[in-house]
Amino acid sequence: MALQDVCKWQVPDTQGLSPHLPEAGGWAVPQGCDPQTFLQIYGPRLAHGTTTLAFRFRHGVIAAADTRSSCGSYVACPASRKVIPVHRHLLGTTSGTSADCVTWYRVLQRELRLRELREGQLPSVAGTAKLLSTMMSRYRGLDLCVATALCGWDHSGPALFYVYSDGTCLQGDIFSVGSGSPYAYGVLDRSYHYDMTIQEAYTLARCAVAHATHRDAYSGGSVDLFHVQESGWEYVSRSDAYVLYMELQKAPGLEQEREPERKQEREPEQEQEQEAEVSQVCPGPATPQDAAGGGELFVEPEEVTAEDDRIRVKTEMI
Amino acid sequence: MASRYDRAITVFSPDGHLFQVEYAQEAVKKGSTAVGIRGTNIVVLGVEKKSVAKLQDERTVRKICALDDHVCMAFAGIVDNFAGLTADARVVINRARVECQSHKLTVEDPVTVEYITRFIATLKQKYTQSNGRRPFGISALIVGFDDDGIPRLYQTDPSGTYHAWKANAIGRSAKTVREFLEKNYTEEAISNDSEAIKLAIKALLEVVQSGGKNIELAIIRRDQPLKMFSAKEIELQVTEIEKEKEEAEKKKSKKST
Repeated sequence: MALQDVCKWQVPDTQGLSPHLPEAGGWAVPQGCDPQTFLQIYGPRLAHGTTTLAFRFRHGVIAAADTRSSCGSYVACPASRKVIPVHRHLLGTTSGTSADCVTWYRVLQRELRLRELREGQLPSVAGTAKLLSTMMSRYRGLDLCVATALCGWDHSGPALFYVYSDGTCLQGDIFSVGSGSPYAYGVLDRSYHYDMTIQEAYTLARCAVAHATHRDAYSGGSVDLFHVQESGWEYVSRSDAYVLYMELQKAPGLEQEREPERKQEREPEQEQEQEAEVSQVCPGPATPQDAAGGGELFVEPEEVTAEDDRIRVKTEMI
Repeated sequence: MASRYDRAITVFSPDGHLFQVEYAQEAVKKGSTAVGIRGTNIVVLGVEKKSVAKLQDERTVRKICALDDHVCMAFAGIVDNFAGLTADARVVINRARVECQSHKLTVEDPVTVEYITRFIATLKQKYTQSNGRRPFGISALIVGFDDDGIPRLYQTDPSGTYHAWKANAIGRSAKTVREFLEKNYTEEAISNDSEAIKLAIKALLEVVQSGGKNIELAIIRRDQPLKMFSAKEIELQVTEIEKEKEEAEKKKSKKST
């Protein structure tokens, strides 16, 4: 190409990667320039900023996310889907560049399907996370941005892995990813325990994302909630974030309502009453004793969720 | 020097045979017998040990090899005089061992017995369809337990086909041993671990000269690693078998009188 010869641009070679994967090094950057810095300064502003979270507990894995796609200070889409199903027993929460996330999830779906046909069974969630992280680590340094939590159910039960596009692959019980994750972590760490009931888990997830959307500018819109169980994944609800947050604020004594029950079954905790004022909407106790007793307190949905019912009735399905 | 390698050795005959593969199967029939049995909770591999020369170190002649913690294989092919077809087995075993670990690294799960059998079979098939290469001259019996706790026994042959078996034998006198197994493989015979072991030894004793000294035995129990039997343990089993035989004879003679 004449212009290339005149300017003596060097197109980075593709190093013979698999023909089935997207081309790496597609950006032709000026000589002597590190691709990442170049793209940071001159590249297009890519969609970033979100709140997604996932945690695993006895009855499966919960995945929740907001729905705002922002592009700098411009909201590209107020109702996007950030939780992507991969197959019947696997979901991925996506954060980072939306385009990258969607593309890589489609590649992952194809690879998993091929393996299913070859081996007669799908790989475990651990294997899937490994596969995704090795695929993406080849493009390290090229400004790929995919931060995702793989939530699934396999032969080892509920499984949760965090995968980042530089190749990080971590296993854990709670992950929150995105610009709103610090706020979500605060709420999650407060009330998470492995033996939660399903309703408690739903409320916790909604609460965490709603609080994050309240404080983080790049998160908002609605709150999507998914649940992966032994029988597969289920799209539980989509609730407007603002409405949900207001409901949560207006629900006093969620702690106080549940206290009489708790006092029957465990030793009364003085702190709980004080905490009720500060974090009244957070279900589930956070003290170790309560966590230990969590197994016996299998709260029936009807008992716990007079508040939850109200919230569910009032939220809109978009 | 590409011309040296672009002539295939394994080509079709006019009547549709791959003679090289069939000759390889003949080579297998000259190897020492190996028998594999799939019990309910145990898998057993037994191999006829050729009597070693006086000056040869016995321990270097091993015909049962572990591929991973939960899978092992025995092979049959020409051992002694011909140009090392145990060498063929060494190549296959090495590739299989690497593949077991590679699978664990990429998929985070240990191989299933069926997967590694398929890998070995594919490898053998490749060598029947490549330039300048001859087929492997070995058949293999691959046993092990999968993650789901189900025992498995597979057999591969030089053509690259593989099948699952409840019990099988390969090598010299494989036919005799297989007939014995067909007669004596019953649900109750294999339900008990020790019965399954005895069945394998009995099957080998049919064709092996001079009894227990020339038998090599290995077992895998569910969730346990491969266990090779020492010569003493095999002798114990053989004496037990002979005792049972005598008692059965006595009962028979009592009945007839």
